[in-house]
Amino acid sequence: MSGLKNINRRTLLKSTAAVGAGLAMPTIFTSSASASYLNEPTGSTVTLGFNVPQTGPYADEGADELRAYELAVEHLNGGGDGGMMNTFSSKALKGNGILGKKIEYVTGDTQTKSDAARASAKSMIEKDGAIMITGGSSSGVAVAVQALCQEAGIIFMAGLTHSNDTTGKDKKANGFRHFFNSYMSGAALAPVLAANYGKDRKAYHLTADYNWGYTTEQAVRESTEGLGWETVETVKTPLASTDFSAYITPVLQSDADVLVLNHYGGNMVNSLTNAVQFGLRDKQVNGKNFEIIVPLYSRLMAKGAGENVKGIYGSTNWHWTLQDDGSKAFVKSFGEKYGFPPSQAAQTTYVQTLLYADACERAGSFNPCAVVEALEGDSSLPGVSSPSNKGYLFDGLGNGPTLYRAADHQCFKDVLVVKGKENPSSEFDLLEIVEITPVAQVWYEPDNPQFAGGALGTCNPGA
Amino acid sequence: MDAILLQILNGLDKGSAYALIALGLTLIFGTLGVVNFAHGALFMIGAFCAVVLSRLLTLSSVSIDPEKVDFLGKPLKVETPYVELWFGPEVGAAIINWSVPLAILFAIPIMALVGLAMERGLIKYFYKRPHADQILVTFGLAIVLQEVIKYFFGANPIPTPAPDAFSGSFDFGAMIGMDPNVIIYPYWRIVYFLFAIGIIGAVFSFLQFTTFGMVVRAGMADRETVGLLGINIDRRFTVMFALAAIVAGLAGVMYAPINSPNYHMGMDFLVLSFVVVVVGGMGSLPGAVVAGFLLGILESFASMAQVVAFLPGINQIIIYLVAIVILLTRPRGLMGRKGVMES
Repeated sequence: MSGLKNINRRTLLKSTAAVGAGLAMPTIFTSSASASYLNEPTGSTVTLGFNVPQTGPYADEGADELRAYELAVEHLNGGGDGGMMNTFSSKALKGNGILGKKIEYVTGDTQTKSDAARASAKSMIEKDGAIMITGGSSSGVAVAVQALCQEAGIIFMAGLTHSNDTTGKDKKANGFRHFFNSYMSGAALAPVLAANYGKDRKAYHLTADYNWGYTTEQAVRESTEGLGWETVETVKTPLASTDFSAYITPVLQSDADVLVLNHYGGNMVNSLTNAVQFGLRDKQVNGKNFEIIVPLYSRLMAKGAGENVKGIYGSTNWHWTLQDDGSKAFVKSFGEKYGFPPSQAAQTTYVQTLLYADACERAGSFNPCAVVEALEGDSSLPGVSSPSNKGYLFDGLGNGPTLYRAADHQCFKDVLVVKGKENPSSEFDLLEIVEITPVAQVWYEPDNPQFAGGALGTCNPGA
Repeated sequence: MDAILLQILNGLDKGSAYALIALGLTLIFGTLGVVNFAHGALFMIGAFCAVVLSRLLTLSSVSIDPEKVDFLGKPLKVETPYVELWFGPEVGAAIINWSVPLAILFAIPIMALVGLAMERGLIKYFYKRPHADQILVTFGLAIVLQEVIKYFFGANPIPTPAPDAFSGSFDFGAMIGMDPNVIIYPYWRIVYFLFAIGIIGAVFSFLQFTTFGMVVRAGMADRETVGLLGINIDRRFTVMFALAAIVAGLAGVMYAPINSPNYHMGMDFLVLSFVVVVVGGMGSLPGAVVAGFLLGILESFASMAQVVAFLPGINQIIIYLVAIVILLTRPRGLMGRKGVMES
């Protein structure tokens, strides 16, 4: 009787909860057998998901990313000449797949649209059992897929995404970015611009009307204003614009002497072409030559803009003319396989695949939480004194010593300031490297206002 | 004042493209009664005619230069265009330089063939079907055409510059007695505007002053009676479809130096061109032309920073806003005729 007497509302609730949990247990066990994380590879292979724009405006970038992924898989499985595996500072990769399991892959088409990208990532995770998703050209897509991977419990290795938000307000524990960002572009470009164009300049910004455009405009503005430049006007242009003449002509009317084009891909090709057509580059304002700046350059874009890029400054994550061993090895294997040098999109996706494989090897597991721990590390970048200088340090992948910072999963490395080449020696030789900006100059703290908001959270293994 | 003048100039070249596309659309609608959503694709194919010709002209013979190396350290392959080998380096280079104007000659037969193939091969089966079916099939065709172009040419824009003689810009302000350096305008855009005026004039003259054109106009007014008079109006309408395709194609050829062609450029123009047709008045050729220039200029004004600061987003909706206002006040459009699409 005493037992019965002790049953009150609270214990009843407790025991009901316990019974409920007990009843729920078997479904947990049946749904994932004995797996401790989602999509644990049980056979002799492991599946990676390459989610790139195969259609839509960034399809050319996507195609190059896919080439790099295929090359990375070939090298990791022991084929080809090994590429950057030979120059990578970590020697954990053995050329026998990842943890002895042969790598297979599935591909999805993001169409450069967030919803399509999420759908294809979801399908690769649920139907194909992908253990890791990587890719994306466009920050809108990267942020969306990164959030999906966090919820699902899958690692996301971002491809070409340059917005501050990817590792700023939208950062996630399961997501990692090797590519540089808007802030770094601004910080690297500003001193070069001041040295070449002087400190007394009036800038006019045309900005693509979405997430990446905003962060790039803000980064370039703050960096150049810090050097004494004045921002006279910032105008948002619709992403779907093709003719920018109506936006260019007001620039002629203003007293600006610099035009900053925060545009990417086809937008940049068209706006730059229009700006040159309207004679901006032949113009004299305030007794100075009018100048145009493109904060984020890619060789594929330079190709689209043709003659117009000559002499125009911008920044880039990597360029095939770099002479370090890693870059040379990568250009050689990529060039021999495909007949032309890789783009920066190809380099970042190749490196991300190697870094993921390496993290699994070092962790001894595919478990996302183990991978996160391996990529977070506890080494520091030399030459930067900061409490947040802690993470996984590596070298030999084309950008010099690089830190995967634990605090926000952003890579810190030297940034390239480039200029459209005046006398290209080939159809690939479109950009010349003006300066390799040391990493210390583009370093920022995780609580920098441009990255504020959002939290990394904790890793999610999905099961 | 100078800002306003500049935006009017700006509107003229875009308006020219709208007017040319809308002219073709109206021709097809007026003669065949078909709503052709593949018309933007014809504009795009025209632009790619310029790309193809410039590629054909730069087809090169490859020789190995053992002195130089490529990016992998192998002997450099040097490409010399065949036209330079055949006509000498100077004449060859000049031909390559003038590839866009030359592409006009190249595009006319191609666009005529594409137009005939489209009309005879697909669209004629949809004459008696509802407009919704016509829209679906031509829209589908447009998607197929742009994917085909993307497959062969990639997704990135392909630079197709104007001849050096027309590159750069000139000081329009100084020419008309204003302060120098205020109104600067690219040469090629003026060329484009004049070209568009020329084409529009040619189409109207053809319809107005030739027997063929007279029959076509009669057919547009009353197809049945013209048929009863023993005239094969269908064949003439097929020719008009080819003509409309040529007009759209030439608009595309000449537009290539303004904005580097990409596979999507047709769609960018198509929707706006339909608004132009509706605003101008369904079936009215002068209406299409007037509305094309009008909306082009309005769009330019709406993109001015001062206007956008006052009404954010206006630059993206202005055309549709104007269309709504005009349709509310003049339901048949600016120059619409009674009885068209009203049965």
